[in-house]
Formats: sequence, structure tokens, C-alpha cells
Amino acid sequence: MFERILVANRGEIALRVIRACREMGISTVAVYSEADQNSLHVHYADEAYCIGPPPSAKSYLSIPNIISAAMISGCDAIHPGYGALSENPQFAEICQNHGLTFIGPSVKCMESMGDKAVAKQLMQKAGVPVVPGSEGPVVDEKEAIEVAEIIGYPVIIKAASGGGGKGMRIARSADEVKRMLNMARIEAEAAFGSGEVYIEKLIEGPRHIEVQILADEFGRIIHLGERECSIQRRHQKIIEESPSPAIDEGKRKQLGEAAILGAKAVGYSNAGTMEFLYDRNGDFYFMEMNTRIQVEHPITEMVTGVDLVKEQIRIAAGQPLRYRQEDIKITGVAIECRLNAEDPDHNFRPCPGLITDYLAPGGPGIRVDSAAYPGWEVTPYYDSMFGKLIAWAPTRHEAINRAKGAIDEFIIEGIKTNLLFHLRVLDNDSFVRGELSTDFVEKYLLRSSEED
Amino acid sequence: MHLEEVRELIRIFEESKISEMELETEGFKIALKKSGSNAYNIQLARVPSAEAPTQRTVPELEEPNLNQVIITAPMVGTFYRASSPDAEPYVSLGDMLTVGQPICVIEAMKVMNEIESEVSGKVIQILVEDAQPVEYGQPLFVVEKNSISI
Repeated sequence: MFERILVANRGEIALRVIRACREMGISTVAVYSEADQNSLHVHYADEAYCIGPPPSAKSYLSIPNIISAAMISGCDAIHPGYGALSENPQFAEICQNHGLTFIGPSVKCMESMGDKAVAKQLMQKAGVPVVPGSEGPVVDEKEAIEVAEIIGYPVIIKAASGGGGKGMRIARSADEVKRMLNMARIEAEAAFGSGEVYIEKLIEGPRHIEVQILADEFGRIIHLGERECSIQRRHQKIIEESPSPAIDEGKRKQLGEAAILGAKAVGYSNAGTMEFLYDRNGDFYFMEMNTRIQVEHPITEMVTGVDLVKEQIRIAAGQPLRYRQEDIKITGVAIECRLNAEDPDHNFRPCPGLITDYLAPGGPGIRVDSAAYPGWEVTPYYDSMFGKLIAWAPTRHEAINRAKGAIDEFIIEGIKTNLLFHLRVLDNDSFVRGELSTDFVEKYLLRSSEED
Repeated sequence: MHLEEVRELIRIFEESKISEMELETEGFKIALKKSGSNAYNIQLARVPSAEAPTQRTVPELEEPNLNQVIITAPMVGTFYRASSPDAEPYVSLGDMLTVGQPICVIEAMKVMNEIESEVSGKVIQILVEDAQPVEYGQPLFVVEKNSISI
């Protein structure tokens, strides 16, 4: 087992890893930028090193400074958390070259699943359902229509070299394909320098359903059920829950088996998440794989009783998985609300500032993973998310109720937060009925916030 | 505390939600209070120092004055005073530095990085020891700037 782990991250996830290490008797080293001198993770770790000025690029993303800190403090492993360098294969390789175990999958896995196009091909070959589409860019209108007829309308024409909504057009018939194809090409050319476009089936109003997997270095892989992450804004998750109200035992088994199939095909090890689009017919399609621990991992921990971070550490230390698939049981429902320093009344703009008062809720089934405390400053250099509130209860209705009570108890003064926004979602009739989709926030909530 | 700093402090206080504060440093104390404010008195709680990380010995800095500059580590690594174990140290106490002069080496990831001085002046304190691990921003040398600016 490792003696000392360097936590290459900050905020609530750094705390999370430090807590797991402490429980396992592993010594911890924190790294921090000059802006994070008074952060909780710096105080809780056994040792701490300043690794740069506030900007992430010069601190939390500074591979030399992080590796250096690990070497001079005598660490034998590095936990990258999420974001930051967690999905950077070069970083993982450099760790290896310095005799430091990178707590995560192999460099090769990170490389193949990190490239969206390669990942999709690999999954397709493995037999995991993927979003039907053209094999690469379409040559001309004739091919575009042929592909569209095969996969079925509606389709979406997408720029091969880009994203973010540019070079994208929806077509619901052959005529529309004819009209939209050129427009998409021109926009793609202007935005990304390449007019290459491909065609994909448009999944309308999908649910975002992801499956947590754990794999050891001996080829054993299990899944820990699904998480529904459809409550998003601009592709950023806001509320997640496990299990999904739309998924029954049979579907869970199907999703889990697909996730394991995909992970096996790439020889995956450690913790990972397979993301799927789930349509109204109950069909699901591979979207991407996240080769790290995720923000929303607590909801899986609450319903399965498995400590995912500890398992990551054990797996990286070469231990076999302690659970078989039949040991994993989903009990109750867990809902997570991400706590952001932002102003929902002004387009969710980030609101850094000094937290003058802070009191987290408590009671049965309430878990708060947060880096905040009274007197701590949320700086403008990093993500506006400073913590997570998780409510667990035996049923979904009770979990929603419990989350609302916890939000009512929560005191955060000095900065604006999205706490009230969470209440609006939890109060929404469609949410309570479990009628979720990735356009939920847009459909039900953004309009009324403008009306207020 | 210089007048400029006091002005800045007052400005920050005015713009904040704090209604009352007191600051005391060596030889200086200031108390600020907003009149008729409803804001409740905020205690800026600090995490108890019993849980502070292992302290490296930080030598006592002499009372700073405006003529003195502290050269800090621009990277994380191991500090060395010379380019190799048998070489002479780059600088010693009392040496005069010029801008761009190599003053030490910080070793990181097996690479020896020569650190250059960004100021000219006299080395009046060396704050770290040979082969000591240093973090970003760690004070290394105190330099008394030349009284004649070039």
C-alpha cells in the first residue's frame, strides 16, 4: 500500500482524497497556488507545498512543479482528482517515469478514450451501441441523404473539426438535408477552417445516463449502477441522481453490461464512467468515457455503500477488486446538488467573494462535500463550484424532500450561490415526476427566471 | 504601514460587507468602524493552527524596509547553492549581485535549473540551506538594492 500520496488538485475533491487517505493510514501531501493558501485541503493534509501563482496553468496544471513537489516530499503515488491533469496522458506517463503511481487507468486507456472519434470507433467495434452516423465526413449531398435514409430522420449535420454548436444543423427530411448541408459546411469552414461535416442521428430530448465502473489490474470489472445527470445548463451538470427514475432492473443490467463490454475492450483499469444518451424509446447510445473519478461520485457511494476513492487507491496499489457484481446492491435514492458561487438571476455569472457566514446542514442522509468555511475567499481563478450537497433517502420523494430541507438549513453569506435555483428544480412538477431530459433546465426554468 | 497602504486598506474596508475591523502589526495599529451599519459583526474564523501542515523552519526575517527585496523561488524543487557538490557557491553573504547573475540552482525532475537574479544589490541574508526542498514563492535571498539606480 502507498505510504504517501500527493493530491494534485484543490477544493472539495482534494479534501475528499485526503479524507480517504487518512482513513487508510496513508500520509498526504497537498499542493496549492498562492490563491489557495488558506484552503481547507492545505490545512488538512500532512504536508503542503505552494506550486505556483493563482492561474491554473501555472500551478495546478504545472506538471514540473507538481512532480517536483511529489519527489521532494517522498510520495509514491499521485491522485489527480477530476479536471486538472486527471485526463492528461502525458502527465500520467511522466508520473510513471519518476516512479510515481498515477491513481487512474493506464496511459494507453487515457489516450484512446480521450479522443472522441477513436473512442466511438473502439466502442462500436466492441459491440457497444453508439449514435448511428456516417463513417467519417460525408463527401457530397448524395452520400448525406443516403446516410440519413439509413439511420432515420431527424439527423444532425455536425462539423468534423469542432463543436460548441457551430457548424451544426438539424434536418428532418431529405429536402432539409439538401438545404442545410451547405450552410453547415460554410459555417464549419469559417469557424474551424474545415468544411468537413458528418451526419449523426439526432437523439431528441435525451436523458444523460452514465454508468460507474470499477476495474482492477487483473481484468475484473464491475458496474455500480447508473447516474442520471440530465439537469444541466450549457452542458454543465447541476443536479445528479442515482438510480435514474427511468431505469428499471432489466435496463440497469443492459446498461451495466454495455459499460463493462466497452471497458473490457480497451483493457480498462481503476474507476471510470461510461456516458450514454438515453432516448424516449429506451434505447441508449455511447457518448463518451470519463477515465477518472467524477464530481458526482458521492451519489453512487451513497446508494451502494462503496467508497470509490478508496477503491481507486487499492486498485492502483495492485489489490484485486473486493466486490463481485452480485455484491453491488442499489439501496434508496441519492440526489446531489452542485454548489456554485454564481448568480442565477444574472445569467449565472460567477460571483467570487469572501464567505462571511457559513453553516452546512446536517441530519440523517445528508452529506456535504465542500471546501468552504466562514472567512474563506472564493477566488475568480477557478471553477465556481465549491462544494456539493447530497441527500439520500429510501425513496426518491423522501430524497427530494430531504434535499429541500437541507437547502433551507444551509447558510452561505457573502457570495451569491445557486441554492435557490436548486429549490426551484426540486419543486418543479416534472422533476418530481421524474420526467427529465437534457433540455429540462431550458424548457422549464430559464424562461421563468427571465420573467421574475 | 505606509500612507498608500492605509488608503488601500480603507478602500477595501469600505467596499466590503465588514462593519468593523482592527489590524495590528509591528508598530502600527488601526481600527475601522462603519457608522449606522446593520451588518452583524463577523468573526473571521481561522482554521485552528493545531492542524497546520508541518512547518519547515522559516528563519526570522529582519524588519523589512523598502530598500530590501526578497528573491523567491520561481519553481518547486531542491535548492542548491552551487552547481555541483565540489563547486564554489554562486553567491555568499555580502556579495554584490547584478541583474541576470546566476545565484543558485533549483533541481526539479532531475534537471538543474540555474536561477538568475532579477535585482542588483548586496546579499544580506541567505534564507535556505543547501539541498533544502523549496516551494514556489519561498523566500531565498534578501538583497539590499543599490542606492544608485542604473
